[in-house]
Amino acid sequence: MTPPPRVAVRDLRFAFGSRLVLDGVTVDVMPGEFVSVVAASGAGKSTMFGVLTGALTASSGTVSIDGTVGVGDRPFGWLPQGDTLVPWRTVERNVALGLEASGQSARTARTHARRLLAEFGLADVGGAHPHQLSGGMRQRVGFARTVALGRDTLLLDEPFGALDALTRTDLQMWLLRLWEQRRWTILLITHDIREAVLMSDRVYVMSARPMAVTACVTVDLDRPRTPDMVLGRDAAAIEAQILAALRE
Amino acid sequence: MDQRPTWAARIVQALVAGTGVAVFVAAWQAYAVLGPLEPDVLPSPARIAEAGWADRESLARNIWPTMVEVGLGFGVAVLAAFVVSVLLDRWRPARRAVLPLLIGSQTVPIIVLAPLVVIWFGFGLGPKVAIVALVTFFPVVVALLDGYATTDRTLTTLLETVGAGWWRRFRLLRLPSALPVFFTGVRVSVTYAVVAAVFAEYAGAESGLAVYLRAAQSSRRTDLVLAAVVVISVVSVALYVSTVLLQRRVMPWYADSRRSQR
Repeated sequence: MTPPPRVAVRDLRFAFGSRLVLDGVTVDVMPGEFVSVVAASGAGKSTMFGVLTGALTASSGTVSIDGTVGVGDRPFGWLPQGDTLVPWRTVERNVALGLEASGQSARTARTHARRLLAEFGLADVGGAHPHQLSGGMRQRVGFARTVALGRDTLLLDEPFGALDALTRTDLQMWLLRLWEQRRWTILLITHDIREAVLMSDRVYVMSARPMAVTACVTVDLDRPRTPDMVLGRDAAAIEAQILAALRE
Repeated sequence: MDQRPTWAARIVQALVAGTGVAVFVAAWQAYAVLGPLEPDVLPSPARIAEAGWADRESLARNIWPTMVEVGLGFGVAVLAAFVVSVLLDRWRPARRAVLPLLIGSQTVPIIVLAPLVVIWFGFGLGPKVAIVALVTFFPVVVALLDGYATTDRTLTTLLETVGAGWWRRFRLLRLPSALPVFFTGVRVSVTYAVVAAVFAEYAGAESGLAVYLRAAQSSRRTDLVLAAVVVISVVSVALYVSTVLLQRRVMPWYADSRRSQR
């Protein structure tokens, strides 16, 4: 018997006024699975995350995480798109921000943040301010803040979008190694097909405006993944399949 | 990573900033000495400095009450602005009701208001503090409200998703986000504070820079009038500089993070 999905998006519809953005989107993520959603920029991916995080209310359809439907109770860690560290806090206190916001004392939150940064190999930069870090480091710290709450389900919105190619590859590998140890359930939004293939177990391909699932592609590559895997013939075939589905 | 300007660069900057003042003073000096006006009408900077220095005891005696009014008035203004801004931020409908009142309070000229306040509250310290507070309150409260509005929407949602209520969102996000704009408001506001105090004293006071000015005027001592004006300028600039220094202390990350964004 298969366990119930950790993230279940069922027939989600959402409209901004008369403009339909999500047209019956259904996405499942199983426990410990790494799933990507690929669509063109502006297709409505972030809108889907908006509904998942509770910032937006769907016109119809349901969303549940870990079987929980209620907006405030869904347990997830969320890394929003873009640079969302606050400039007035050090790295350590940025990682602690979510914990403090959830009600922990500043001291407990900082202790926890410090331990997490050490585990992620970021102990050196704990006392730095975000503007002193490179874009890649800032995204690592953002990711640490996301998992600091200790939730098993992570929603990542284009975490590598603004990075140069080398830094992006470094970061993708860094995230994959952490994921292999921890087995979070990850739902990743991206417009980069190769990234989706490299990282994921399954890839949902979406049409744009309104967004609907056009294909769900299983990525049958070995783990642990390495950057050169995406250059092989199997990966190329999967990429072609995704590209074809995107163009439908 | 450390992009602070060097000491040499800072000295050059200070010299450039001082050049404008120096040229102005030099031109004035030349015109006052060589030009057609009598020294009683337009005293030279040298004469102003000399007269001011000779009368320093009386000047100093009258600066103190004005500074007390400025300090108390501005303190009351910042405190009140903070409380009002928090209330207006918490209850949005109140904002719509109260903002016209705040803007309206700014359209009343102090020249008109100062004598009225004296009629209502007498000649003591209170009315002067009230006038300084009234004048400096508005820019600070507007800066705070605008500052809260600069808070990142995504981060607000992020904090909501982990269960942060209004107070926690305010403390962890809205207030720190507002600090840069708040300090801009404080800088604007503090430069009005001394002038406001002098205006308030004009309406009726026993001591203070306005009392000094009035005495100098009625004995046609233009040099002492201008010496007092110089003192008012210097004090205002000093207050401005101290808010800049305070800002650096409170948010040391700010200047650096702005430089690295360029």
